[in-house]
Amino acid sequence: MRASRIFAASVLVLTLLPLQYAVIARIPLPGVGPDLLVVAVAAVALARGPTAGIVFGFAAGLVADLAPPADHTVGRLALAYALAGYAAGLLADEADRSAFLPMAVVALAGIMAVGLYAGVGALLGDVRITGPALAQSLPSSVLYDVVLTPFVIPSIAAVCRRLEPDPSRR
Amino acid sequence: MNRSRRRSRLLLTLLLLTSFTLITLDYRSGSGNPFGFLRSAASSVFGPLERAATAIARPVGDVVSSLGHLGRDKKRIDNLERENQALQERLRLGELNQARSAELAKMDALAGRGGFTRVAARVIGFGGGLGFASTATIDVGSRDGIKAKMTVINGDGLVGRIETVGRTSATLLLANDRKFTVFSRLVPSLEQGPVTGQGPNRPLTFSLLSQTASLKVGQNLVTVGTAGGSFFVPEVPVGVVSRVRQTPGALTRTADVRSFVNFSSLDIVGVITKAPRTLPRNALLPPSPTPSPTRTPVTPVSPLPSGSASPSPGATASPRKS
Repeated sequence: MRASRIFAASVLVLTLLPLQYAVIARIPLPGVGPDLLVVAVAAVALARGPTAGIVFGFAAGLVADLAPPADHTVGRLALAYALAGYAAGLLADEADRSAFLPMAVVALAGIMAVGLYAGVGALLGDVRITGPALAQSLPSSVLYDVVLTPFVIPSIAAVCRRLEPDPSRR
Repeated sequence: MNRSRRRSRLLLTLLLLTSFTLITLDYRSGSGNPFGFLRSAASSVFGPLERAATAIARPVGDVVSSLGHLGRDKKRIDNLERENQALQERLRLGELNQARSAELAKMDALAGRGGFTRVAARVIGFGGGLGFASTATIDVGSRDGIKAKMTVINGDGLVGRIETVGRTSATLLLANDRKFTVFSRLVPSLEQGPVTGQGPNRPLTFSLLSQTASLKVGQNLVTVGTAGGSFFVPEVPVGVVSRVRQTPGALTRTADVRSFVNFSSLDIVGVITKAPRTLPRNALLPPSPTPSPTRTPVTPVSPLPSGSASPSPGATASPRKS
């Protein structure tokens, strides 16, 4: 069971990351496009709870730190996604109550991911993190993340149910 | 219930500490970076995947031809590599539609005028770092003779420089990234200063070192050559001054520069692997009085006054981690 979960998670990352860089980034959207990985991290956390959220967030973030064309300090996205996954996982039970709550959770995860990535970057003196850059990227990316929620959350939840029919969350 | 809660908290603490350790390791270590190996390994995995995703994302006609070529051509390229570089390149770039082969021809024309040896490449990925960075992945790597810091151009001018190299793909720092700096010369005067990126969808910034030289809207900027330790190829068109900023009291004068290159629609680029150390001045600027033929017209450039060139301090683009 464990191996199949790792396999599914790897397939998810190996699909979403190229999609992010080769397809999403090419779409001429105003602002910054959606962050597929953070939506996936939130979806996994909502389906499986905080522990899964942390582990998947950390792993996905680490891969995103290393995969081209990323060239920032390794560990920044791992940190950001792990915390975003933890937060989303803590809210998993509450989010079941309404169809709109998962969107709020994804928005929170998106804000946390961008905020933590930018915050650590600012501490390290990353010249790319500026007020205007943050103002441009944060609202637009979170908005696009939320738009993707109705498509991503159910499909990842379905895969999770399939891999483990009776989820023991936390 | 409580136990698994504790467990997840412990796990969180552990992984956060790991992240901080990684960040510190990567931030502290300079040239002998322990993550270089991991980055090139990731590049080997994600290069082909991004290439495939790019192929799939192309219009339907493209998709059929590129997909058909993916596996078969790789082998053939390996065989032909040493024999025929032009043919190899043709295969790797796949079936070029009219627009893309025009782009390739334009880039070749620019490289040809400068006498550059170039490797043509395709952009297969964009924008790491949650949209803050302006970087791209290209589908050539160390196998094709690509090395870090090489200058990258397209038919319009300077695109950026190579940042990290994997075997079959490389990461490219685009000129509009805030980490990017290239020493440039104002045309037709000989005044120099650094051009720095200001982030995606923003103009570049030029700082004129001289207090007295004139700085006008419509003046072109080209790269300064390899003298003084710059690793950029000389004379590559960078952009055109679009706005002179009035900053009273500042030591240097600054101006917004509109790049000749449209970074959001990059496709075919050329990595310059070899170039003459010096070139005739303005050899690569378009001969017509309007330097950027596709975009807004700018004021005509008067002929170059003959004067002695000031020694060029060279470009400074420190690849500092952050």
